[in-house]
Amino acid sequence: MPTLSYHRPSSIAEVARLARDDPDAKLLAGGQSIIPSLKLGLLAPSALIDLGGLPELRGVRLEGRSLRIGAMTSHAEVANSPEVRKHVPALAHLAAGIGDRQVRNRGTIGGSLANSDPAADYPAAVLGLGAEIRTDRRAIPADSFFKGLFETALDPDEILTAVEFPLPERAAYVKFPQPASRFALVGVFVSLTGKSVRVAVTGAGPCAFRVAALEQALAKRFAPESLHDITMPADTLNADLHGSAEYRAHLIPVLTRRAVTQALA
Amino acid sequence: MSSTRAPLIGQPVERKEDYRFVTGTGQYTDDIVLPRQTYAAFVRSPHAHAHLRSVDVAAARDAPGVLAVYTGKDLTSIGGVPCGWLIHSIDGTPMKEPKHPILAEDKVRHVGDPIALIVAESAREAKAGAALVEVEYDVLPAVVNLATAAASSTSVHDIAPDNICFTWAVGDKAATDAAFARAAHVTRLSLVNNRLIPNAIEPRAANAHYSPASDSYTLYVTSQNPHVERLLMAAFVLGIPEHKLRVVAPDVGGGFGSKIYLYAEEAALVWASRRVGRPIKWTAERSESFLTDAHGRDHVTTAELALDADGKFLALRVDTIANMGAYLSTFAPCIPTILHATLLAGQYATPHIHCQVRAVFTNTAPVDAYRGAGRPEATYLLERTVERAARELAIDPPELRRRNFIRTFPYSTPVGLTYDTGDYEATLDRVLELADVHGFPARKAESERRGLRRGIGYSCYIEACGIAPSSIAGALGARAGLFEAGEVRVHPTGKVTVFTGSHSHGQGHETTFAQVVADKFGLPLEDVEIEHGDTAKVLFGMGTYGSRSLAVGGSAIVKAADKILTKGCRIAAHLLEASDEDIEFRDGAFRVKGTDRSKTFAEIALAAYVPHHYPIEQLEPGLNENAFYDPPNFTFPAGSYVCEVEVDPDTGAARVDRFTACDDFGNVVNPMIVEGQVHGGLAQGIGQALLEGCRYDEESGQLLTGSLLDYALPRADDLPNFRVETVKGTPCKHNPLGVKGCGEAGAIGSPPAVINALLDALAPCGVRDLDMPATPLRIWQAIEAARAKR
Amino acid sequence: MSLQIRLHVNGNAVTADVSPDTLLVTFLREHQHLTGTHVGCDTASCGACTVLVDGIAVKSCNVLLAQVQGCQITTIEGITPADGSLHPMQAAFKACHGLQCGFCTPGMIMSAIDLVTHHEHASEAEIRAGLQGNLCRCTGYHNIVRAVMQAAPIMRGTQS
Repeated sequence: MPTLSYHRPSSIAEVARLARDDPDAKLLAGGQSIIPSLKLGLLAPSALIDLGGLPELRGVRLEGRSLRIGAMTSHAEVANSPEVRKHVPALAHLAAGIGDRQVRNRGTIGGSLANSDPAADYPAAVLGLGAEIRTDRRAIPADSFFKGLFETALDPDEILTAVEFPLPERAAYVKFPQPASRFALVGVFVSLTGKSVRVAVTGAGPCAFRVAALEQALAKRFAPESLHDITMPADTLNADLHGSAEYRAHLIPVLTRRAVTQALA
Repeated sequence: MSSTRAPLIGQPVERKEDYRFVTGTGQYTDDIVLPRQTYAAFVRSPHAHAHLRSVDVAAARDAPGVLAVYTGKDLTSIGGVPCGWLIHSIDGTPMKEPKHPILAEDKVRHVGDPIALIVAESAREAKAGAALVEVEYDVLPAVVNLATAAASSTSVHDIAPDNICFTWAVGDKAATDAAFARAAHVTRLSLVNNRLIPNAIEPRAANAHYSPASDSYTLYVTSQNPHVERLLMAAFVLGIPEHKLRVVAPDVGGGFGSKIYLYAEEAALVWASRRVGRPIKWTAERSESFLTDAHGRDHVTTAELALDADGKFLALRVDTIANMGAYLSTFAPCIPTILHATLLAGQYATPHIHCQVRAVFTNTAPVDAYRGAGRPEATYLLERTVERAARELAIDPPELRRRNFIRTFPYSTPVGLTYDTGDYEATLDRVLELADVHGFPARKAESERRGLRRGIGYSCYIEACGIAPSSIAGALGARAGLFEAGEVRVHPTGKVTVFTGSHSHGQGHETTFAQVVADKFGLPLEDVEIEHGDTAKVLFGMGTYGSRSLAVGGSAIVKAADKILTKGCRIAAHLLEASDEDIEFRDGAFRVKGTDRSKTFAEIALAAYVPHHYPIEQLEPGLNENAFYDPPNFTFPAGSYVCEVEVDPDTGAARVDRFTACDDFGNVVNPMIVEGQVHGGLAQGIGQALLEGCRYDEESGQLLTGSLLDYALPRADDLPNFRVETVKGTPCKHNPLGVKGCGEAGAIGSPPAVINALLDALAPCGVRDLDMPATPLRIWQAIEAARAKR
Repeated sequence: MSLQIRLHVNGNAVTADVSPDTLLVTFLREHQHLTGTHVGCDTASCGACTVLVDGIAVKSCNVLLAQVQGCQITTIEGITPADGSLHPMQAAFKACHGLQCGFCTPGMIMSAIDLVTHHEHASEAEIRAGLQGNLCRCTGYHNIVRAVMQAAPIMRGTQS
């Protein structure tokens, strides 16, 4: 790691100023993805702007028909939050399955979303619930947040502050882990809110995405049997040592069926 | 037994070493910081195969904190990394033995091959300096696939244009072929024994120091055998006098084979420590471990088993290609030959066996012994083939094995070994009972109700441990005898320090060996201390591998302890005014037979050191004895394993639900430690079967599984609770403790049991074959391929 | 750039001037000479470096020292009683043979303490899942799981 500066601002405004003044600076949330990248030399920012000094970015709050989760809320806090467990148990379950216990104690929802790792779990929930990403300057709907491999709609100096999840009637997340990293080889989040069905997939493409064919089938009838004849094309899906594109294409409807079963349970 | 107290041998005594480990006060190599410490980093090849056009170190030399930079050109006066075994090909020619330079000279031959050594004030500055070394490469095509290496137009080494290191064989080919000609049934199988990366959790590390005051070197190193490291480094690499090099292997965080060998980095550090004039420390990052620790296994094999109409084995024919990697590591040539082909009789009275082994060079990391070393490969191919034969002949797999068990001992196999003792029926009977095989159909039905397929698989293994009888090892190509040394030093107060050449890096020697010696002398456990791992303290040693510590190292200690008692009797005879023959050692004291006159162990010890009226001319003071033990034969632990798996046919995910192991290790000194060794072996074996597989890119030779994010080590939730039992078995007949060794059994016996269970589970899907690691992807692909064929 | 960091390590107030990229584990091992915390990998995969930060298990190889400004750090040395006795989790690892080479052990014990503290009645399956972040290559985890199950009621007793 070459010479690096470190800032721990105590207000969002100060974060914004530091980020604006130094385009090569990186925001530091829990650090569970950034620090390994720094160590391996994959990332060499000029400065780290630590968001750890901003208690207002932390915590879960029920606001009417939505849950507001601060960007610096750890995965463990989401997993253990009584509000999340009561209102969106699928989200608590998802958070409880991210990485391992030590990682969940440090890693944050904001950090995960801003990083947009193609195999991360949270993007599936954000897309699968139709959440809204709050930043220091705007609200970004989930559907326009994920842009590609490690790429989001955030401007370089934009600060993700919170995520607002609407409360679904039914939801579930089923993850098939990559055996070594335990990231999602494929993860599927389904939700039913009124007549609206969402099916979001992580691990299978450059970033999380929704699957219209599955959503339409489930909108007709929210039941696992609705998906029996649906197959996924493999041509745009990820392929690596642990899973061919065909394998991922196969897993998506299988896991979706399981998620629907769980959501109905 | 020499004491009135209950014997310690056979008791699950808590480990003496554990206080320091559970409190974090163990001392591992990286924990050691010497005065004026400096740090090293290595520049490593990013290419699998390339000529070095130029290596420019000028910028690195000028970098902040950098003290020295060395390349292969600086090291031409010293030797390369030597190989400890010489194998001859069928035609009588010696194996091709290319030089393995400490730092690359003209060529790099695998990704990670070291090119330059940077020494700096800090590890960070060394690493930064390494990044400034500019290397120009002429990249060459890489030889990656071992199966096609011999046909490649590229040569890893000029002296082996066809990339063949040797072609070796054992057994009577004509007799084997003849038996096949008259067989009622032949089972054929092509198998891959997947390449593994050992991944001891402590990465390799070294800290080398030269003292001008004594003109001598000290090397702290993560080694399983410090004496061999010293011998090889002093005599064959650096050409320095052996008494001027002290090698210390302090606490070592696991080895599993990967820390047996002399590695280039260690030699480079010792050499450079004198030039830099300060101690130099290097600790591998995990990514370096992946690239440069010696890997394991990596065979492709065809196996054929000939049977008669009754299911009796007539002959076994095996053809194996074994990957040596880019250079010959210390033990490499002996693994697929001596430790593999000679085990192919397994537990069976197969009258004719022939095995040919072709060893090839490739542009990959060196391959050498990894837990089990050759024996897992033999067991895997044999037990897969036997289970396939049972399926083809519709015979219950345990029953087919039973029909072919060896029942009379000693038994000479057609591949050169003589088993001293064993009772294979006993372990098989017991494991079937423990595993509740009768309950399997009910469990299978229950799994099916949950949409899962359940399968059961068996494996009956044998291994040759207690490596090795020197005469046999020598005849088979070892360049040194493989005895072990032990020293027992009784202090004036009757307390004991034992020095052993067997190094402990998790095996618990400090406890097990102390149990043996404490019983021998009738002492409490805490009166016996075990010292190991320091060439300045221990006379000599051949190290810890091949489940040899207790069988060979322990036997040396027993011999030395016997000498102590013999001398103690003489001292007692003098003190008690009796003749030597009238003294016996019983219940912790030297006694005049048939009288109540005696001297305690401590009294004799004191008399030995502070003698009064002592017949110094006839009886030398002191109570310190050395012994060497060279076993007359290998030991032959054996056992039977049963595995049950559940497979999710929709995703290909497989899970070991039950694993039952029943082993015959002969006598057991500490059953708690023995069970722990089996658990660890099972985890590595199940890891090989389901999770672990080293992969290189077939074209570029880049390591694709270069981190723990892509190479799956078993985690706690990947494994079941194990049912492990050791039968009151057949003690080894030729060592004084009757022990056989237990360190590798689990890793040897388990992989075929897992794969056999998977194939049983997947048989209804039409899956007949599956390679390791049976990852979800691979299982799903097998199911799909079978579906497509229907 | 150098940062001044104040924190508590095993109950002792500590001040350090470090460069911003200093990892917590580097500080513990190299500055504080607390070598019981080990480094087994470079991808935050093995958990050998696990310590408690304000009572919560984290991988100290994956946290900058700057991030734990003002925190209470507890390492394996910090849970070891000075009188030569052992913490119940340490004692259970010893009694159950939950360790062999000892390298993963301090991290495993710290992780297990965190697990039991926050999940007092964890089942065997939950313990296995809870130890996902710690690799052991020696034991096959069998005896580690037994040790955690044995220590849990004792820890509950001492904590109540």
